[in-house]
Formats: sequence, C-alpha cells, structure tokens
Amino acid sequence: MSKKSRRDFFKSAGLASAGLVVAATPASASSVAHLPDNAQLGMLYDATRCVGCKACMAACKRVNATPGGLAFEQAPFDQDGLWDAPEDLSGDTRTLIKLFKNASTWSYIKYSCMHCQKPSCVSVCPVSAMTKDPQTGIVDYSKDVCIGCRYCQVACPFNIPKFQWDRTVPRIVKCDLCRDTNLKDKGIPACAETCPTGAILFGKRQDLLVEARARLKEHPESYVRHIYGEHEIGGTNHLYLAALPFAQLGLPTLPSEAPASFSEHIQHTIYKGFIAPIALYTSLCCIAVRNLKKGEAHPAPASTGEEDT
Amino acid sequence: MGHDQFQKQEGRILTTSFFVLLSLSLLGIILIAVRCVRGIGAVSNMSDGYPWGIWIAYDVATGTAIACGGYAVAILVYIRNHMRYHPLIRSCILTSMFGYGLAGFSVMIDLGRPWNAYNFFVPSKWQVNSAMFEVALCVMAYSTVLIIEFLPAILYSLETSRWRRLQMIMTSLQPIFAPDKEAVLGKIGYVRAAAAWLRPRLDRVLIFIIVLGITLPTMHQSSLGSMLLIAATKLHPLWHSPLLPLFFLINCIYIGYSIAILESVISSYAFRRPFEIRQLSGLAGIIPWLATLWLAVVVGDLSWRGQLGAVWKFDLYSCFFLLEFALLGFGSLILFSNRNRHSPRWLFVSAALIVLGGALYRFNVYLIGFNPGQGWSYFPSLAEVMISVGIVAIELLGYQVLVKTVPVLPRIGLHPHPHAQPFCVPAVPSSPLTP
Amino acid sequence: MNKDSRRLGELPRREFLKLCVTATAMMGLPFRMHSQVAAAAQSGARPPVIWLHFQECTGCSESLLRSSHPTVSSLILDLISLDYHETLMAGSGAQAEQSLHESMAANRGKYLLVVEGAIPKAQNGIFCKVGGKTAVELLREAIPGAAAVLCIGTCSSFGGIQSVGPNPTGAVGVRDLVTDRPIVNIPGCPPNPYNFLSTILYYLTFKRLPELDALGRPKFAYGRKIHEHCERRPHFDAGRFAQTYGDAGHAQGYCLYKLGCKGPATYANCSVQRFNDVGVWPVSIGHPCIGCTEPDILFKLPIAEKVQIHDPTPFDSYASANLKERGKGPRPLTTGIVGLAAGAVIGAGIMMAKKLPNASPSQAGETHDHEQEE
Repeated sequence: MSKKSRRDFFKSAGLASAGLVVAATPASASSVAHLPDNAQLGMLYDATRCVGCKACMAACKRVNATPGGLAFEQAPFDQDGLWDAPEDLSGDTRTLIKLFKNASTWSYIKYSCMHCQKPSCVSVCPVSAMTKDPQTGIVDYSKDVCIGCRYCQVACPFNIPKFQWDRTVPRIVKCDLCRDTNLKDKGIPACAETCPTGAILFGKRQDLLVEARARLKEHPESYVRHIYGEHEIGGTNHLYLAALPFAQLGLPTLPSEAPASFSEHIQHTIYKGFIAPIALYTSLCCIAVRNLKKGEAHPAPASTGEEDT
Repeated sequence: MGHDQFQKQEGRILTTSFFVLLSLSLLGIILIAVRCVRGIGAVSNMSDGYPWGIWIAYDVATGTAIACGGYAVAILVYIRNHMRYHPLIRSCILTSMFGYGLAGFSVMIDLGRPWNAYNFFVPSKWQVNSAMFEVALCVMAYSTVLIIEFLPAILYSLETSRWRRLQMIMTSLQPIFAPDKEAVLGKIGYVRAAAAWLRPRLDRVLIFIIVLGITLPTMHQSSLGSMLLIAATKLHPLWHSPLLPLFFLINCIYIGYSIAILESVISSYAFRRPFEIRQLSGLAGIIPWLATLWLAVVVGDLSWRGQLGAVWKFDLYSCFFLLEFALLGFGSLILFSNRNRHSPRWLFVSAALIVLGGALYRFNVYLIGFNPGQGWSYFPSLAEVMISVGIVAIELLGYQVLVKTVPVLPRIGLHPHPHAQPFCVPAVPSSPLTP
Repeated sequence: MNKDSRRLGELPRREFLKLCVTATAMMGLPFRMHSQVAAAAQSGARPPVIWLHFQECTGCSESLLRSSHPTVSSLILDLISLDYHETLMAGSGAQAEQSLHESMAANRGKYLLVVEGAIPKAQNGIFCKVGGKTAVELLREAIPGAAAVLCIGTCSSFGGIQSVGPNPTGAVGVRDLVTDRPIVNIPGCPPNPYNFLSTILYYLTFKRLPELDALGRPKFAYGRKIHEHCERRPHFDAGRFAQTYGDAGHAQGYCLYKLGCKGPATYANCSVQRFNDVGVWPVSIGHPCIGCTEPDILFKLPIAEKVQIHDPTPFDSYASANLKERGKGPRPLTTGIVGLAAGAVIGAGIMMAKKLPNASPSQAGETHDHEQEE
C-alpha cells in the first residue's frame, strides 16, 4: 500500500489547484484590454438640461407597455389610480427621473440600462437570454429563453435589471433602447424622441462623446468635469453629464475594469478547451483502476500501517 | 459492491420523528404551491437588490457542500485506496443524492421561468462564459451519477428482499382491493430477475461512474465560488478574491468529511448502533490539515490583496468573518488531539463547528458579504424559511425511510470476507420468499 | 351694421385672410394651405346644403348662430346655399317642403346633407313627422342624393338624450340607419360651431372629407382628449382638486376630476377652441366636463361619477435619488422565530453532545471491530 502520507497528498493537491488558479490572476492589469466600440448606439443624458418633466417616463411606458409587460404603479396615497408614480426602476418601469436635493443644490437624474460595452449581465446569463447586439450595442433581453435565475441582477453593478416579483409569470424588465418598438418604427428611442429640452441625445457613441466633450469645454463651470460612462467598467453606451458629483446622484463609483473581464479570465483559464477536467478525469481513472486491480490481486491481509491513515 | 458490509436498519418506519418531519414537509409543500400561484414575492423577501436569498445561499450553495460527504469519502476510498472507509460510503452517497436532488428541487422553486430550463440542453443557447451554466450542467450530471452509484444498493435489495412489508399490505387489504397474489409475486420475480441481470454489469463499469462522481464535484463546487467573481463591486473585499473557486473547493471537502462524521455519529446515536470510531477517527485526522491549509490560504490571500486591515474593523463584515474563522479554527483545533478524535462527543462537537463554520463561509459569500449598495437590505421571510425547512425535512424523511428499507448503514460486527473488495458479488439466497 | 354681422365680401382683406388662417389652423392644416382655403372661400361657387331637423332642441343651430368668423350670414349668403333649414329659412309649410324637393332633385349628387336631431324608429317612426312623413322616410329620401352627410350634434351622431334608456321612441343616430356611406359626426351638446364650419370649409377647399376617427368625428377637432389639453391639467398632475362645489379648491380653479369631470375619457377640443368667442368652456367656469361628444358618457353616466384613468402619467413629485431602505429587511417576528429555532437547534446539539460518550469504545477493547487494514 502507498506509503505516501495524507499530508503529502493534500499538500500536492492544494498546491496544484492553487497554482492553477494563481496562474489565472492577476486579472486586473493583464486582462485583455477591451477597447470601446464607439460605433455603437447610445444616449447622452445631460442632467443640467433636464427640467424634470418626466415626459420620457410617460413615453417609455406608453410605447413599451404591451410587448414589454409594463404596468402603471399606484402610489400609496392614490386611491383612484390617477397617476403612475414609481419610486424606483421596477418590473413595471424601465426608466425613471429622480431628484437629488440637499440644502444648497439639486439635480434631476434619469436612470435606465447603461448598455455597457462589456455587460456583466450578458456574461453571466447561462442561457443567453441577455445578449449584446454587435452592431448597435443594444443589450437586449429575451423572455422566451430566460429561466428567471436572476443572475443578471446579481451581476449588474448598476442594479438595473428588475424582476417582476409580484407576478405568477415573471420576467426581467429593463430598457432595451426601444429596439422592437420606437427604434424600429422611428429610428429613435421614445424617451429621446419626446424630451423637450434635448437633455436626452441619441446617436453613435463617438458622436455623443464629441458632443459631451464640447459641452465640458464650452461651459466648464456648469459641469462636473467627467463624462460618466466613458471609462467606467470598460465603458458604457449610456453617458451622463451633470453639475453634481455622480455618486450623489446614485450612480456608483466604479473602476475601469469590467467585472465580466475579470471573471471570464479566471473561468477561461480553468476550463480552457475543457483540458483540465478531462485531464483530471483521466488521471483519477488511472489511479482508481490501479487501486482496484491492487485490491483484487492482493486481498486484505492482517492490519498493517498506521491507524490514522 | 461489498454488499455484505451494509445492513438494513430494522425498525418501524412510522415513528414520531417521521410524523414531525412529514408535517414540516407538508407545510413546505403548501407554501411552494402558494409560491407557484402568487409569485415569488408573495412568499419571499427577495428583492431587486438581493435577488438571491436563502434558497440559493442555503439550499443550493450550502446544501450541496453538505452533500459533499459522498464526494469527500469517495476520494478517500477510491483514489487514496483506504478501503476501511468503504462502510461509510453508502450512507454518504445517500445523503449526497438527497442533498443534490433537493438542491435541484430548490432551484426549480427559485427560478422565475423554470419552463425555459430546457434551454440548458439547446447548444445554440449555451453561454459558456457563465459560471452558472457550468454549475447547472455539472450538478445535473452529478445527480445522475449519484443515482447510478446508489443503484447497486437498491438492486441488491430488490434481489434479496423478502418483500415482507408488501405481503403484509396485500393480506391486510380488503378482498376487492387486494391484487391477485400470484400475479404480484410473478411481477416481483421479473423485477428480481432484472435486478440480478443489471447488477453485475453495473458493477463492472461502476468505477468509471465513481471517478466521474469525483471529477464533477471538483468542477462545480469550485464554480459555485466562481459565480460570485462577477460581483466585484458588490461582494465585500474580505471575501471577493480571484481564489474564490479554490476556497469553495477546499471548503466543500472539509465540510464533506465533517458531515460524514456528523451523520455517522447522529445515525449511531439515533438508531442505537455502535459508533464507527475507526473510520471516523481516520476522517477526523484529515480535517485539521485541510482546515489549516484553508486558513493559511485565506490569510495569504487577504494579505496579498491588502485586506488584512478589514478583518479588524469590527463592523458587520469583520465580525462575520471572524466568526467563520473562529468556528473553523476552534473546530479543527479540537481534532488535533488523538484522544478527541476517538471520542464520539468531541467528534460530534468539532464536526458540527466545522460544518457551521464552513456553511457560514458560504452564507458570507452569497448573502452576508453581498452588499448591492443604495440602501438595500434583506432578511428571509417566515414562509421562505419554512420552505427551506420543508425541503430539509423531506430529505431527512427520505433518509430515514431508505435506511430502513435498503442496506445502507455499515453492518455491525463486520467480519469481512478475506477476499473483500469493492465489487464482488455475494451469494444470493436461493429462495427469496423463505422467511 | 355692426362688425359681427358683416358678410365675407365686406371684410377688409386683412381680416378675411386672418379668418382663413385661423380656419386653416383650426383644421390642423399646415400654414401654407391658408391660400387654398382663402381661394375656396372666395370662389363664389356655393354648394347647396339641405339641413334636416328631427328629434332635436335646435341647440346645434343656435350654437351655429353664435359664430362670428364667419358669421352665419356670411355662411349662408357667401359660402353655401342653404336650401332647406326649418329654423332659418323664410318660407314655411307646403312652400318650404316644395323647395326641399326641388333642391334635392336639382342638386342630386351634389348637396351636402346636414342632419340635426335623432331619428325615432319605434312603431314605424311615428314619433317624429314633418309634413306628414316620418323622420325615417325623410332621411331615406334625402340620403341617396347627398354628396356628403354631416351629423351636427350628439343627437344625430349617436342618438342623444332621447335615446337614453328606456328609449321609448327608439331614437337612434344617423349611423344606425345609414351604414353604406361615410358619415361625418360632429358631436357635442351643442358642438362648437367652428368644428362644423371648419368641416364645411375643408370640404369646400379639398372636395373631400377630413380625416375621421373610429366614430366618424373629424380628427382635427376630436383627436385629443380634453384631459390632454386642459388648462387645469397641472393641477391634476399635482393632486390639487376641488372636492366640492364652492370649496377653497374650487375657488382656486383646481382640477375638477373629483367632481366627476369626464375630460380623461372625452375626445373634444372645447378647452382649446372655447365657446361664444369669449373664451369660456364648462371647466373654465368651474363645472366639470360632462363628456357630451362621447356616445357612452353623455346622459349615460352620472355627472358626478369619476372616470377611470386608463393611461396614467407621472405624478408631479419626484422619488429621491438618495432613497434609503429598500428591500425587505428583518422583521421582528421572523427574526424572533428564526432566532428561537436556531437557539433550539444549538441547545439540542449541546444536549446531544453531553449524552455522547466521551471516551472511545475501542479504548476499552471493543470486540466487534477487528477490521483488517489493507
């Protein structure tokens, strides 16, 4: 019988697996630098131009209600069901205007899917219900494939995908740039089409960046000197300009590495070509069969060896 | 399989604990029906900030680790070739089978659109970047493997059982309902013959299935850790590390051994059998080294990522980290003593501490250390808890019933045949119906 | 003569053009079309109009009499040839009936038929007879030769007040009797005269009927709900309502939804076009809209009954960007029960640990465990 001590076995096993994983890291600096595709479609929301009219919210719900499964949200004080008053993005609301206000200043802020360049939701969805269109860059959701596992909700750094917790047949709800509705019929998302002040601009990411930089240059005193979404987690297609720090407006401070790049790097290193699992299975089979044959050739003798093997 | 190493636990099936577990199971099933009709939000406190609650953190992540007894002991028996642990293997496989089966059942309840789950088998929909994709396919494959691994025990029972209970039921039925005795016995004969045909053939290829049953958990238990790699901005840096897959792998192995010890001690105590100290002390000897390795890698990883300071902050996260560390550390410390390793009491205590600590680690990663920001909070609702409790009750119920109908537990007073080996086919009584 | 009764031809050019531009805008046409409208108005070709009255209060004709641009005199003297109108025509009796038949015969296929009032069908239509003929017969005679059929008022469009249950006379609108040709409905009780006049002007300019909605109403006048172009909408959006007539909210001019305003369900342009050339309409003076252009609202729903809002729009306040406390956190009951259960399990574990033997049985030399090591 093998005299290898248990200690040695676990040492080697542990080292082997640790080595395997360490080889996968550090993922931060050396992960494949994902250059943003600036030909993709996006939106630029300029909080300084938003007057809080909420026409975008009304247009979005009107246009996307039927295929999108949206509903109107009744406020608790509203007994007659007169208004649509969502407090947050939800299983019925794809876009929302919120107000940030403190003692000295205020700003409106619009929330909707950021249509990231390297979306976490697309990376984690096991059945490809979340997909990113390579041309338009739109991150789309298909309820016909979705299993409702809500991994996309775990993954999204902005907490955008919302789930319909109150429905018997639930789905995930998020902005899809009106891909099957207004964008298809009129070439522009409903919110951008309706916005009366031009706070929401729609177009190619490169054009939006040019416009955003021009605004920062012409009126540096009106803005925080940062285009939110330009570099955050690898870049997003939904860009923001504002007069107040973005963290105050509910947009999280994020590093420039996409979490999806980080996790995919590790996952690929371990499972590349399925080599490691097959190698593991093969070597374990060899050991086990050999042990078996040993057992058949040498039936159990009197007790030998340490008690505590 | 060395069938003579196992025995059926004699005893009434309809005990008090049977009925208690049955009521908990029924309550769980009723709540599951409510969930199906009124939606997940009606029974659970999960929200858009915390889309995964205890059904994932416990039933899936922790439950499958607890079900890793089969995996951990199989490594010892078939790879390390320690046949003296073989008597434990069936009980562990049974627990594993239930554990994984019920994890799968929990997933079906947790999923919002389970009817689309067939997409896991549609190649055009495969999204191989997703850790969950790997976990799902691997767990489904492993559950199948576990059933196949347990099949020999069932086949042996089918072959050798005297079908006493069935005959009792048949004679006690009213004449109108009682089936034709000859016909039933004839069918039992077919079943017996089929089992006799299948068992030796299965025994021949079983080793390859068993090794698959060691490879697959290695993959998916580590992937359960990989699942949280994506939450770089939400999982607290005390736990978010590129080594998450490795942590989860080591974690499931020491939990596996601890659960094997725990379940053996509790079984022996509950069914008034002698404690299997020889095997358990062996397992208990492995654990301290695994735990030390674990704690060393944890500390090393924290220091390499510059997060040692976070350990001593004594905020919520630091406290739970220290608690997990303490449970594991103290539990394994106990087992460094040879005397403790031979004491049922200390085996029980340390195994319980380690299972708690290991489970807490998984809870910390999936739930407690997970903070989506923006004021979100989560605590399971009563209905949510009772569904999980109901599922565990079903598992315990099934275990109880099966050990009393199929030879699973190690035989007491075992004198192994001089040529004892895993796959010998023992002599089968020639007349199965003789009492 | 005073300004209000001047004929088209007497208007100064500038005022005439202003009139045409206003009419063009009212019809929802692009500005550049005002020259076409002016040309048609000046063309001098005056199409014949036959105006039939049935079960009506003559309010629609009265409403028309209050228009000022153009005035009724301009209308009937310059724009159209009003060959039959029981209220306005000079003749009466057999003479009037004769001119009706002569006009219908002479202008067959060319006259505009305007119908005011509902048509009773019960008992062979005997409840309304003019000159010995039932309304049904009169309509049936007039329809074939009409180039276009305009129903002015809710009564002729949809049946009106006499058609409200139990409807003893079997009163119906023209649309229930004439199904084989397009009918323009200009409902209202009474309708805004400019809706009618603009339709006529549109027809004169383009020789076709304007775009109609599913109920046959011209979209340029009935294309929007009152709720969508009401001056009190900001009060609705902000939740400022009059709760009862004469209360402080009512005095402040707040939204009349709670008093039963049917604006959210009524397609009309009263809030924009307004009445009597003094810029008033019911809501502006504090009375809720009664939905008089809708077949299912006027006289069918109580005035004070609130309508349901089918497409709610956002409320006039904002969710805070720094929303605290989202999601469902710990509740005392659940935490308590879970804590108790956890305590019970831990307690049971401790008790069990106490009951387990401390020493290993094998140290006493157990007899049954002679397992062989490989």
